[in-house]
Amino acid sequence: MTYLLKHGRVVDPVNGVDGDFDILVKDGRVARVGRDLPAEGVPVREVPRGSIVCPGLIDMHVHLREPGQEHKETVATGTASAVAGGFTAVACMPNTDPVNDSASVTRLILERAAEAGLARVYPIGAVTRGSRGEQLAELGELHAAGCVAVSDDGKPVVTALLMRRAMEYAGMFGMPVIDHCEDPSLKADGVAHEGFNASRLGLRGIPGAAEEIMVDRDVVIAEVTGGRAHIAHMSTRGSLRAVRAGKARGARVTCEVTPHHFTLTDDALEGYDTNVKMNPPLREAADREALIEGIVDGSVDAIATDHAPHHADEKLVEFDRAPFGIVGLETAVPLTFDRLVHTGRISMARFVELLSVNPARILGVTGGSLTEGQPADITVLAPDLAVTIDIGRLRSKSKNTPFGGWSLRGGVAATIVGGRVVFVNPDVAGAQALAGA
Amino acid sequence: MTTQTVTGLKGKHLLGIADLSAEEIGLILETAEAMKEVGARPIKKVPTLRGKTVINLFFEASTRTRTSFEVAEKRLSADTLNIAASTSSVVKGETLVDTALNLEAMAPDMIVMRHASSGACHLLARVCKSRIINAGDGMHEHPTQALLDAFTIREHKGRIGGLKIAIIGDLLHSRVLRSNLLLLGKLGAEVWVAAPPTLMPPDVERFGVHSTTSIDEAVRDADVVMMLRIQLERMQGNFFPSLREYFTVFGMTEERMRRAKPDVIIMHPGPMNRGVEIASEVADGPYSVILNQVANGVAVRMAVLFLLSGASEGDQL
Ligand SMILES: [Zn+2]
Ligand SMILES: [Zn+2]
Repeated sequence: MTYLLKHGRVVDPVNGVDGDFDILVKDGRVARVGRDLPAEGVPVREVPRGSIVCPGLIDMHVHLREPGQEHKETVATGTASAVAGGFTAVACMPNTDPVNDSASVTRLILERAAEAGLARVYPIGAVTRGSRGEQLAELGELHAAGCVAVSDDGKPVVTALLMRRAMEYAGMFGMPVIDHCEDPSLKADGVAHEGFNASRLGLRGIPGAAEEIMVDRDVVIAEVTGGRAHIAHMSTRGSLRAVRAGKARGARVTCEVTPHHFTLTDDALEGYDTNVKMNPPLREAADREALIEGIVDGSVDAIATDHAPHHADEKLVEFDRAPFGIVGLETAVPLTFDRLVHTGRISMARFVELLSVNPARILGVTGGSLTEGQPADITVLAPDLAVTIDIGRLRSKSKNTPFGGWSLRGGVAATIVGGRVVFVNPDVAGAQALAGA
Repeated sequence: MTTQTVTGLKGKHLLGIADLSAEEIGLILETAEAMKEVGARPIKKVPTLRGKTVINLFFEASTRTRTSFEVAEKRLSADTLNIAASTSSVVKGETLVDTALNLEAMAPDMIVMRHASSGACHLLARVCKSRIINAGDGMHEHPTQALLDAFTIREHKGRIGGLKIAIIGDLLHSRVLRSNLLLLGKLGAEVWVAAPPTLMPPDVERFGVHSTTSIDEAVRDADVVMMLRIQLERMQGNFFPSLREYFTVFGMTEERMRRAKPDVIIMHPGPMNRGVEIASEVADGPYSVILNQVANGVAVRMAVLFLLSGASEGDQL
């Protein structure tokens, strides 16, 4: 697997690179990055005109649903969706059936990922056995089997004591605790952001405070334990304020924001489309604007999709009975380009930090840079591609997205994992050349 | 009475007051006047909907609304079919969509639905070919209730615009409230709502109403006082400490009614909890129009069925 990727704009903030460079891929690794590298007998693969070449994108928050919920997604379909969305790696949440709270489940996921041979998969183990919030899972065993972080996602780690123990103990293995922050008593049976839209539509509200109280708590525990907390799918300005303050005090806290939370508001609830039902819920305009400011100024570390596939039948029910969540792997790059890059809010370097550098750093996994010697995980972006989200063409097994039919500017040309071209976008002229002869 | 500028309803369904213009509301109320006359005849039946099938699909028990629709349908000579949740297959795990599609196979012209989930009628309207009438969806809307309330107010006051209307009770969980706020807003009433903060919908002022926790402030110089039902299970949710305390702070008494205009009317969508949200003397007092509301419900529902049936062109009442 040796070739010379030629004539792309390479954006690699870790190495301070942004310009026209060639990349020599040798035996699946980045061998050299330089200007006008000589071919010297190595096959040349021209990147399509106008492409941006960057370290492979990493989605640190997805639900692959295997084992147990294969009617929604499998590791194979989920990673096919990932590479079509430009992601060379995903970290998958443990709320499968059974829960990934043991080495055997972790190994099963890794085996399925190897069989699929598409994106890298980094399992996230459960914090507690069965994610029941009672007793710590065997975090050492999970780590040894390949887990890179722990989370009871779908639920918060409810008691402060358990969170304290988890952060202290997981810290021994260098793993962050990823928390789905919500106070269950404040969330109650809420289904939508508490505000005028929920009032108008008669939907039970989930106040922003349900999230903020838990974020505040986690920041404090991170501070006192020295452990690492990562706030999943942060949705409110109050949570952002708590994270900023914690970071300023030196707490080891990081956070992610989803594309749907920086794109939509609870205005989308009109019409009761269950594809705008997610947890945390879509918040109001002031929250969305604050999250974007956090993304711009660096308070937000990562963009992660919370890719949550659900079967169409499960979503074709009354709003309050529908499961929370939407698929996100194949819409993240177009939304980030369209809403953040092309609006001038963030630079390409920041794009790469949010979607590659920081997820790799937070999870402690390879990638995030095109440093020589690293595996050649590379995403080739088509920043000006006119993308229309076509639900019928999604690779994910599930189609639960509110973005069907949306026209966005910016997409993916090709995805390369370990030097292998695992996805080529047929809509990008010239991208086929990347696949080689 | 206003002169009508519209002759039909724009929409195919009646999912909520939110979808109606002031003119369409006016048309429904005018049509209801004619329907009320039918109800005063010795033979209270017209052939208008003969041959049309209407299904009353009730996922929540509601004797009052279901009976009112049924009487309305029978007076219009429609074939009616009542399906109650307890006897339907929903209990066997069938989804709402499956149930609806099975009913559609019988080719009904209209489905009147009551359901515990907000937006359930919107879902039905998306998957069904029939016309859908919302008979109450969760905490969202109950449009025919608001229409019959408006009809009753107009009957007594001759107008709605400019009236001070106070709505008091469990506002948070009330679909009657939401439909009324939308309707009364469209027709230009000055609306005051009063409830404990725990039972106030967040940002309720954005409906264009005044909100207060003082029942006396809401009632002062009111033309209309509308009481909403307090569900006994709200106590368990700690929305208020006890029914006794609720009545002390928010119950409507004769003394409190004296702050309203002398010709005030008092309304209640029912069923009432006497001694909780309303004292018996008030419910049965001279200003009470609660039983008129029930009678007007039939006329208003006849009007809605008639206008949505497509039978309006040239048909005789
Ligand atoms: Zn979550
Ligand atoms: Zn999640």
